[in-house]
Amino acid sequence: MSELKATPKAISGPSSFIDDRIGAGSFLKRNMRKIFPDHWSFLLGEIALYSFIILLLTGTFLTFWFQPSMGHVEYNGPYAPLQGVMMSEAYASALELSFEVRGGLLMRQMHHWAALLFVAGMMVHMLRVFFTGAYRKPRELNWVIGVLLLTLALAEGLTGYSLPDDLLSGAGLRITEGVAISLPLVGTYITFFLFGGEYPGVDVISRFYSLHILLIPGIILALVSAHMVLMWVQKHTQMPGKGRDNKNVVGAPFYPAFMLKAGAYFLFTFAVIAGLGTFAQINPIWIFGPYNPADISAGSQPDFYMGFLEGSLRLMVPWEINLGGTNTWGTLPLSVIIPALVPMGIIMTGLALYPFLEQWITGDRREHHIADRPRNNPHRTSIGMAAIAFYGVLWLLGANDELSWVFSISLNWTTYIGRVAVFVLPVIAYIVTYRICLGLQRSDAAIIGHGVESGVIKRLPHGEFIEIHTPPADDIEAHMRGKEAVPMVPVLVDSAGIPPKGMRGPIGKLRARMSRAYGGEKIPLDDGHGHDGHGDDHAAIGTGGDEKSITH
Amino acid sequence: MTDNEHEIEQPESRVPKRVIGTPAPGTSMLGAQEARHDSDDEPGVILPDEVKARKAEKIVALCFMVTFAAAIAFLVFYVILPVDSLDNTALSNLALGGTLTLALLGLASGIVIWVRQLMPKYNLVQERHPMATDGETRGYVEETFLKGANESGFVKRKMLRRTLLLASAPLGLLPLVLLRDLDNNTPLPASKFHTTLRHTVWGTKTKEGKNLRLVVEGTGQPIRAADFNSPGGILSVVPEGYEHDLNALAKATLILIKFRPEEIKGGVNKNWTHDGIVAYSKICTHVGCPAALYEQTTHHILCPCHQSTFDAADGAKVIFGPAARPLPQLPIAVDEQGYLIAQGDFAVPPGPSYWERGDAEQLAREEGKSA
Amino acid sequence: MSRITARRRHPLARYAVLIFALAIFGVGYTTIAKFSRPAEATLATGQDPVAEGKNLFQAHCSSCHGLSAEGTSTGPTLIGVGAAAVDFQVSSGRMPAANPGAQAPRKPTAPWVTPEKIEALAAYVQSLGGGPTVPEEKWLDASLGSEAKGGELFRANCIQCHNWAGGGGALTQGKYAPALNAPSEKQIYEAMATGPQAMPVFNDSTITPEQKRDIIAYVKGVREQTDPGGFGLGRIGPVTEGLVAWIVGISVLALAAIWITAKKRQKP
Repeated sequence: MSELKATPKAISGPSSFIDDRIGAGSFLKRNMRKIFPDHWSFLLGEIALYSFIILLLTGTFLTFWFQPSMGHVEYNGPYAPLQGVMMSEAYASALELSFEVRGGLLMRQMHHWAALLFVAGMMVHMLRVFFTGAYRKPRELNWVIGVLLLTLALAEGLTGYSLPDDLLSGAGLRITEGVAISLPLVGTYITFFLFGGEYPGVDVISRFYSLHILLIPGIILALVSAHMVLMWVQKHTQMPGKGRDNKNVVGAPFYPAFMLKAGAYFLFTFAVIAGLGTFAQINPIWIFGPYNPADISAGSQPDFYMGFLEGSLRLMVPWEINLGGTNTWGTLPLSVIIPALVPMGIIMTGLALYPFLEQWITGDRREHHIADRPRNNPHRTSIGMAAIAFYGVLWLLGANDELSWVFSISLNWTTYIGRVAVFVLPVIAYIVTYRICLGLQRSDAAIIGHGVESGVIKRLPHGEFIEIHTPPADDIEAHMRGKEAVPMVPVLVDSAGIPPKGMRGPIGKLRARMSRAYGGEKIPLDDGHGHDGHGDDHAAIGTGGDEKSITH
Repeated sequence: MTDNEHEIEQPESRVPKRVIGTPAPGTSMLGAQEARHDSDDEPGVILPDEVKARKAEKIVALCFMVTFAAAIAFLVFYVILPVDSLDNTALSNLALGGTLTLALLGLASGIVIWVRQLMPKYNLVQERHPMATDGETRGYVEETFLKGANESGFVKRKMLRRTLLLASAPLGLLPLVLLRDLDNNTPLPASKFHTTLRHTVWGTKTKEGKNLRLVVEGTGQPIRAADFNSPGGILSVVPEGYEHDLNALAKATLILIKFRPEEIKGGVNKNWTHDGIVAYSKICTHVGCPAALYEQTTHHILCPCHQSTFDAADGAKVIFGPAARPLPQLPIAVDEQGYLIAQGDFAVPPGPSYWERGDAEQLAREEGKSA
Repeated sequence: MSRITARRRHPLARYAVLIFALAIFGVGYTTIAKFSRPAEATLATGQDPVAEGKNLFQAHCSSCHGLSAEGTSTGPTLIGVGAAAVDFQVSSGRMPAANPGAQAPRKPTAPWVTPEKIEALAAYVQSLGGGPTVPEEKWLDASLGSEAKGGELFRANCIQCHNWAGGGGALTQGKYAPALNAPSEKQIYEAMATGPQAMPVFNDSTITPEQKRDIIAYVKGVREQTDPGGFGLGRIGPVTEGLVAWIVGISVLALAAIWITAKKRQKP
């Protein structure tokens, strides 16, 4: 074993070549030892990034065999139960890819699993960013890019799972058409232009194909790059802790540590996707059969990320208005329009606007590089949990037929329960989360104020037993002391009792009220210091204080 | 490594013993631990212990060898395993996927152990700088912008500016216009697209000028009314001659149901039935899935997509779920050979609603075409 | 202090708990997914007098279906349902039903039920008013049927309730279409011919015996078919796939992230 004394020729040669031409040295000088903070949740977004890379790789493989055509052919491949059956070329080539190309089935399954992990990875990453407030200034732009990416991922998924033209994907396509045609004024135009005439036509597969393999991934790639560049330039947020503040970043350097960690995580993602592709069958199109608009299977479901739309369609009550009576205008199929657009609108718009709304309500325009612990902004955390509950109910209801079948609950009752739960559960989630957050804050305050239980029982001269508390480890204390009161808009009433400009009028008053509710310190950390005899609960405080002086 | 290390180094008696329910000293309840000592050269870099590192190196090497072996196995399996049947495909998928997974896992685990055991622990600190540039720079940029804007004459020269804006407006429309033919030159103007949704092939005639027969989906055989004689029977039915025309099927597929005469209720137009046989559009009026789960005991037709439920014995009116309109009934009769035929088209457009549909049911009633 | 409490605070304890919880979830899930499938009733053919059937009927069936099969408030009339219906219901254990309701589930047959007794009962019910008879052997031989043709008919007429892989599915108000992995060829045929319970009827003149045999060939073929892509996940499509993506995929990757970033702790 020997240490490297000089850069080997094999590296220094090409490096000089490149540096001579583009001057990469100064960039590398600044960035090779760029610090990345370490926390497991900071890696979750990388699941999506690496899944995307695997999607590009496996997807390219698939394009070599897949025929995006709706021309009719008779199947004569090795899968006996479909021999002689009329089907589209797209479906036939997807079967060929599965059964006649070595590794083809593996690649198809990996592509599909990677797609699921792509969206799931985005979702967990988004939740991490949301609950830690990592979207705050200066990262609002990157947050908005993330929301765009999530929306595009849904579109990419929809266009992707429609391509094999099997019976299941056809059902999805049919629902897509039914939703598109329901749109007021433009519905028939959009569907006729999309499908090249009446549904299903002969064009939609090839059109979805170019969207799926070129346009949407192109935009995703561009946005992902922008997302990465912004993250790089702005440096990653860090968890509160000892020696960490808003002006520094503490962790490991990109070269060599973080680079290898990220590489290892890429390989893990790849391995999990390959493992799923090996051991868990996904989208067995040969069982579904070719698409025919006359057929449908029980238990037809979209991929999981579309489940919430499916659920909201299932929950809806029959409601259709004919504004123009019997005239050929004015039909509003609200039982389609509302569930298809409103939940999606609430979730996506809500996500995109949240950083700006929060800024407006708290009046906080400072830069934030220290992540919040979710408990320390209880209203944000509760709003997030309420949104998860809302989304979760819709998502579950998207599978209500399977739930009904597996758990032997009446199908109709699942719908009735869902109709109530979609409004009630978010409220319950909000209240419960809020209480839990405050409870956790209290526990933090107790640890800061009283120390942690040492487990040592001490008997006092008059016979009372107390448990000795020791102060928390200083890194733990630093972590807890990273807490900061949620800012509020200052409402400085002048001598005449008139609030400042911008806080007048109904909107201004609303803002002030929301700010008071949202902001402020609910449970001050240092409230418990130095009070003796507050009750049994506090019997050990004084002693804890004593111990502090002993152990330090 | 642990920040509570100093406590442990103290005399036993001074350190409180830990019992049930207390965190171990140094247990990270929340977040990261601090470095204990730094390497000689650089603060925040702790070099690994060489003895442990040597052991770890062996494990890493083992991981990498697993990857090597698995990758070789992948190549071998690719060559020797054919995919000519379902069972062989299963074997090939297992062998290729299994070795690929193992190879990737070996590499990933090896690298993680390498980073964690062989490389230094880092706790480096880097300064952040505010994202915003300083006032001076901003001022310079603003000045330069104004200077350039004035030099370009864009502000001063109105004609230039206005004609440029004028020129770019139609240019921006070109891509949109180019998409106009996405409808494949449907002979209709776009505003008349919806008229095609009002008709199905049931309204057309065969070459011999006869009404279309109802044929069984999947076999294409016509249905003799006398054969379709078991009450509680259903069939999925398509128009004769259009068995493989997906565009026609997307609107014209039927669900044919045989009732006992006493089961049929007022919602059904009896003139459109034949001997207890009723034909409804199979295309759900919600978003167009084929609604075909029929329960002969309750006469429910259930759509599996969003669970709209229709009462087949009562004109397929909606009894549950998001669909707002009943499934349209197709007028049927028998021809001289006793086969079921369509009397004509649906009185109302089948399938999902759209803006131009209007209250077609009301219109049909006004025109006397409905029950 | 017991060993478990001592280890509760071990740095790896929370991961162990997480894995344990996931394992419990996984095991629980597979138990739910794997319905217990009752054993198939043995079937045989032969002949028995109508009189024996009548006695059996009055002993085991008449309390719901009436003394002469005319039907009561708790059970429908059996006049005209045919021998096939009796054979289907009794051999699959649905009848005698445990309790009257919208749907009698498949269950192990009653202790008194033997193939001969089913035949006797069937002969009696057939004698009451005709109806579909028990199918001939040649229509039950899947090897003579065409899977591809059967598949087309299956997709057109069956999968809307029974699912593309014969996995079954929910119907309205608590009713359901059962999974098709238990019934014998004969039961599949009889179910199509007689329309038991909520199931509609596909009589022999509209779906011919040959076509029924094709359907049987397809159902048998699919249910015995290998899943080339690994575990079939119940073959119900995206619902279980989504669950696996989250429960396996995201969890394993989160654990990997924890491992990669975990701080190494030195033993005191």
